[in-house]
Amino acid sequence: MERKDKTTGSVTGIIANLVIVEVNGPVAQNEICFITLGDEQLMAEVIKVVGKNAYVQVFESTRGLKPGSKVEFQGHLLEVTLGPGILSRNYDGLQNDLDKMEGIFLKRGEYTDPLNREKLWDFKPLAKPGDRVIAGDWLGEVNENDMPHKIMVPFKMEGSYWVKKVVPEGQYTVNDKIAVIEDEEGKEFELDMVQKWPVKIAIKAYREKPRPFRLLETGVRCMDTLNPITEGGTGFIPGPFGTGKTVLQHAISKQAEADIVIISACGERANEVVEIFYEFPELDDPRTGKKLTERTIIIANTSNMPVAAREASVYTAMTIGEYYRSMGLRVLMMADSTSRWAQALREMSNRLEELPGPDAFPMDLSAIISNFYSRAGYVYLNNGKPGSITFIGTVSPAGGNLKEPVTESTRKAARCFYGLSQARADSKRYPAIDPIDSYSKYLEYPEVQEYLEKNVSDHWLSDVLHAKDILYRGKEAQEQINILGDDGVPISFHERYWKSELIDFVILQQDAFDKIDAVTPIKRQQYMLSKVLDVTEMSFRFDNFEAVGSYFKQIINLFKQMNYSEFGSGQFERYEGELQALLKERMN
Amino acid sequence: METQSFQKIYTRLTNITKATVTLKADNVGYDEIAIVDGRMAQVVKIIGRDVTLQVFSGTEGIPTNAEVSFAGRPPQLKVSDELAGRFFNAYGEPIDGGPEVNGETRNIGSPSVNPVRRRQPSNLIATGIAGIDLNNSLVTGQKIPFFADPDQPYNQVMALVALRAKADKIILGGMGLSNDDYLYFKNVFDNAGALDRIISFVNTTDNPPVERLLVPDMALTAAEYFAVDKNEAVLVLLTDMTLYADALSIVSNRMDQIPSKDSMPGSLYSDLARIYEKAVQFPTGGSITIIAVTTLSGGDITHAIPDNTGYITEGQLFLRRDSEIGKVIVDPFRSLSRLKQLVIGKQTREDHPQVMNAAIRLFADSVNARTKLENGFDLTDYDERTLEFAREYSLKLLAIDVNVDTDTMLDISWELFGKFFSKAEVAIRENLVQKFWKN
Ligand SMILES: Nc1ncnc2c1ncn2[C@@H]1O[C@H](COP(=O)(O)OP(=O)(O)OP(=O)(O)O)[C@@H](O)[C@H]1O
Ligand SMILES: [Mg+2]
Repeated sequence: MERKDKTTGSVTGIIANLVIVEVNGPVAQNEICFITLGDEQLMAEVIKVVGKNAYVQVFESTRGLKPGSKVEFQGHLLEVTLGPGILSRNYDGLQNDLDKMEGIFLKRGEYTDPLNREKLWDFKPLAKPGDRVIAGDWLGEVNENDMPHKIMVPFKMEGSYWVKKVVPEGQYTVNDKIAVIEDEEGKEFELDMVQKWPVKIAIKAYREKPRPFRLLETGVRCMDTLNPITEGGTGFIPGPFGTGKTVLQHAISKQAEADIVIISACGERANEVVEIFYEFPELDDPRTGKKLTERTIIIANTSNMPVAAREASVYTAMTIGEYYRSMGLRVLMMADSTSRWAQALREMSNRLEELPGPDAFPMDLSAIISNFYSRAGYVYLNNGKPGSITFIGTVSPAGGNLKEPVTESTRKAARCFYGLSQARADSKRYPAIDPIDSYSKYLEYPEVQEYLEKNVSDHWLSDVLHAKDILYRGKEAQEQINILGDDGVPISFHERYWKSELIDFVILQQDAFDKIDAVTPIKRQQYMLSKVLDVTEMSFRFDNFEAVGSYFKQIINLFKQMNYSEFGSGQFERYEGELQALLKERMN
Repeated sequence: METQSFQKIYTRLTNITKATVTLKADNVGYDEIAIVDGRMAQVVKIIGRDVTLQVFSGTEGIPTNAEVSFAGRPPQLKVSDELAGRFFNAYGEPIDGGPEVNGETRNIGSPSVNPVRRRQPSNLIATGIAGIDLNNSLVTGQKIPFFADPDQPYNQVMALVALRAKADKIILGGMGLSNDDYLYFKNVFDNAGALDRIISFVNTTDNPPVERLLVPDMALTAAEYFAVDKNEAVLVLLTDMTLYADALSIVSNRMDQIPSKDSMPGSLYSDLARIYEKAVQFPTGGSITIIAVTTLSGGDITHAIPDNTGYITEGQLFLRRDSEIGKVIVDPFRSLSRLKQLVIGKQTREDHPQVMNAAIRLFADSVNARTKLENGFDLTDYDERTLEFAREYSLKLLAIDVNVDTDTMLDISWELFGKFFSKAEVAIRENLVQKFWKN
């Protein structure tokens, strides 16, 4: 899209943040332009072209904008700036550094640099003169919050190159030249540590994208145990308002075994982002002992921030994720909520008077969502090293109805489904993931099964399926009891029901606000599951149905005390001992 | 209305709908206000020279040769301490017979707070109502609506909350308020001797519905003045947001926009979020807390208005008539304050979280017992006790006429636990039981 002269234009129409611009030269779909309003420059993106008219969505309020205002097109798409210093930053949806903005209120037309240009980085060369390199290959690395941040051949460079020179180990700013590479024709390119990439295009600087096979530990039992997600996997969490989507995502982002965590607060509450600002600097990353903020990037485009920038924000987050994946890191990306992103698409599509699909969403919603989810994944880079982006999005179904377009489209794209149930949330059974409806397709992958049997236990898979079976049969028993009455069914129905309650209370339910219970390593999950399954295998003596409930309540109570105790501690063992004694009392 | 700054006068309307007019005009800015036939209007669409205006009071009787003049600015409000104690209409004009307010002119609908400048909401708001303070504690900087059926006393409860909430200023944004309710608010505030802390922007049922669209922005512009410039704790009451959303749908339908669910505009979520997200704890100490009312039709919370609201606000409060005690209670199951975690057990007594959960769990058991009873099954002894507990819990704690401090609420809960249950049935952490159990 290189042009000699910048295309310009002038505003002819304004409908909220949709602006019609008459142009005097070539424009590209999704090209960025700036509209002059007094001494402010409003950034906008081309979303449709009809004859001489470019329809642009403005990333700002258009209040006061008049027809005739000057527009200048930039010759590039919406891009992010990639380089060392992105970790721990708080960006808006267009990658403006929010901390660099002055004042309490956001100012229209204020754009800030995502990087720190003055900071000196300890650079170590990784390539040497004579090496043959292509886009994404590592030339050197700097230490970013103790993470090896690779400086790569820019993704935009096509074809292959020879390294002519790499600067020696030392301190450099991101704009210092660190390498010279030469193409086939002998043309030289001087490189610094910064590159740009258009957010709506996937970075494909990798050799291979196999099916994901490694478990991504989240410490959340009803995910890891029942429906695990993999490194490089995709999942989504739909649920009516207030059922715990955000709490669950925050828990995962605190605990998961990832090198980099990207949180995209997309059209949700500002106070929830503030919670992260307050909590993460205090919390330790259990693996590195450093603070959680150091591995985290926050993209905050909350519900009151401009809608078009909300649409961009998830792409900004994903592109940053792809950048870090290319360094051979394990990236975990969360978006809360992808429904708000879909709504941003809907608002714009309505203003464009496009033919609407179901619920007035754009016709191609499903394709857009699939395309986005497909950017996640486990890859082998050109040097053979693995990297991954695991993506988990929340969905906020209108009216809590899972048959609506965003949920349905996402179901086609994501491999794990963590459906939150209103009934479970109402009865405070958190996390409210419905154990019957939810699924992880990864459990069916032979490579995942093999990984689990090797790394968790050799009977893990059958244990998990058995637990699911008990939950299912417990639900059936409960339905019978409700229909026929406590006395109307054999005592064995009560026992079956309470055995499923045991799994529910001990494995599924987990207190996100308790330090110990909140995070359960997979070893501990394995221990607890087999302990619980042992109990479900026992047969007990009961004289009447009331005895079943009160006995199982005691068992559950002791198990829960174990959940609240440090694994293997004296306290833990004491409760375990009490449990054994209790079980002996009634065993047949 | 001031007229001196008005530029050119146009007299040819090309289109008139129930809520909008269109004319050819030059040099007009988006969002700008105009006067059409003496009525306030705002620019909502510009295509070439065709400018479409939304006329707030409706277009009845507007002729095609009506005079139109543009003000060259968005809607504004004059802010100063003189606002205190005054009553205004949706345009910010006094309706209490008092003088015009002098002060700095501000555009309404100001930009958002930079999220990194926000502080975490952290100050408990005590209301004396146990259904709120005990089970759903409110915090400054929070936004929360009452979800209520139209026949429930939500405005009364809201007035009560406002007066007890030790706010520096209370700003009432009334939308489609009945004249009786308007006078009720006025009286209650007057009798409480609180008028000098109150500012009201009111659109009553007598006023045209589209005018309501200005009310939240007017109220919040005033709120930002006191919270930012004066570092005050400001409480904003918005009633009824359902009528606000109805007005949004009137305008979007008139503009031929494609409706989404329940005939609401596709932008409903963003439109409501823009208002509710004005709730904030500022770094300089001031705060804006929003308590709103969203009336339901037939208790249906899946309707687009309550549904979108629930996705935006930090919880919701349900009122319900408890037929057992014949009083209105704050429903402990469906109500939720999402920010309560920030204060309970920290700014309140240590046993608060556990007592709250235990009581609600026991109350839930009573509901199961009642279902059994109604289905003709026998009740166990435990069932009987939960029913007795529920009755007293409703009467002494959940009813909205309760007015005690939080420690007393906790003490009452322990008394009820001791009266009806064993320690094992209450299942609260042992160290708390040792400290607080009452026989
Ligand atoms: N794991 C949990 N443990 C304890 N409480 C929880 C848990 N998950 C959710 N909650 C409770 O539910 C409330 C709502 O949770 P959350 O904010 O995550 O809902 P949400 O699904 O994101 O709602 P929305 O769609 O409106 O954003 C929390 O404030 C908390 O009180
Ligand atoms: Mg949420």
